[in-house]
Amino acid sequence: MAKTVTLREDFLKGIWKENPVLASLLGLCPTLAVTNAAMNGLAMGLATTFVLVCSSLMVSSMRNIIPHQVRIASYIVVIATFVTVADRFLAAYLPDISKSLGPYIPLIVVNCLILGRQEAFSSKRNVGRALVDALGMGIGFILVLVTLGVIREILGAGTVFGATVLGDWFDPWMVMILPPGAFLTLGILIALANWYNDRRAAA
Amino acid sequence: MNLTARMMIVLTVIAMLSGGILAGWDSLTKPKIEHHRLVALEAAIADVLPAHDHYETLESPDMTLYLAKPAEGDSLIGIAFQAVGSGFQGEVRIMVGAEPGFEHLTGIKVLEQIETPGLGTKIVEDPSNKSNPLWWPAQFQGVSTSPEIVVIKNAAPSSPNEVQGITGATISSKAVARIVNTDLERARQAFDGQEG
Repeated sequence: MAKTVTLREDFLKGIWKENPVLASLLGLCPTLAVTNAAMNGLAMGLATTFVLVCSSLMVSSMRNIIPHQVRIASYIVVIATFVTVADRFLAAYLPDISKSLGPYIPLIVVNCLILGRQEAFSSKRNVGRALVDALGMGIGFILVLVTLGVIREILGAGTVFGATVLGDWFDPWMVMILPPGAFLTLGILIALANWYNDRRAAA
Repeated sequence: MNLTARMMIVLTVIAMLSGGILAGWDSLTKPKIEHHRLVALEAAIADVLPAHDHYETLESPDMTLYLAKPAEGDSLIGIAFQAVGSGFQGEVRIMVGAEPGFEHLTGIKVLEQIETPGLGTKIVEDPSNKSNPLWWPAQFQGVSTSPEIVVIKNAAPSSPNEVQGITGATISSKAVARIVNTDLERARQAFDGQEG
């Protein structure tokens, strides 16, 4: 397996085969918590991707300097720095989004997806591959969050990105924008992804 | 170089870099963040008080009061303050506007809350009431504060100090009234203490 992995494969694995949410079940806390609206999902996805890409670049470029014993501490400092940068940026330039995401932006620092990629990938690969991997994982994360956000917002409020798509006849399913709706939707999405993978493997 | 020294140097350098980046970034974004906070505060004050030219801040040890003033003269148009207390699920922060003397309210606006979406959040606005989504907070315009604001269920308000509760969110409705009542008393004391 470890013979030659192309950059293309490094990138694509994050989107489907090793998708952080659908395949690895990483980063579920923000996935469940903020996807009550498509816009929140997108903003959280972008913020997480920013942190992931920056951290991967830093960790990968410092991989030969950081002693093995203090690597986790070093990664956390690097990640926390970029999380704070993202948090301040949102508060300064996009105050509405910052308000609706609340404490979940600072909590990116404990997102296993990010620390996991540093430990499993960036700390062992060159900068280019770390970048491609982080972008793939980030985009995979954004896609799942936006999908969840769109489904929950349509069923829970009758809107997509704030624009009404279902008319007055539609009585919103309030449960979909509450926490149970997040578990239901995510469970069904993961089941569909597994079902699709199984069918393809069998064919 | 031995390992201990290397670990210390690497961690120190990383922490210093991080601190430097954050200090620089903070000084860049801080004015903006402060500006947003002020704009939101002013918008909330303008929302809960009748038309006024400007406001003055009255700091008391217990509470900050915002005194609305006309363009000329020193008369007092209204007093706004922030009331904070626990709602159904967590802290509720409300901007409250009152007439001078605190006998009637001129309006309230919920600034922060984490009530149940679709039920308790009607204390902010009610999207299911298309013609008047702000019907609930609007009830506090002109409500009498003596002896205190009371939330009633399943009936139209009959006295000047009553507001109608939200169906399905009685606790949130009553919490808002309780928070306003409590902090109104504190604001009254803070105001009397400063002016008297």
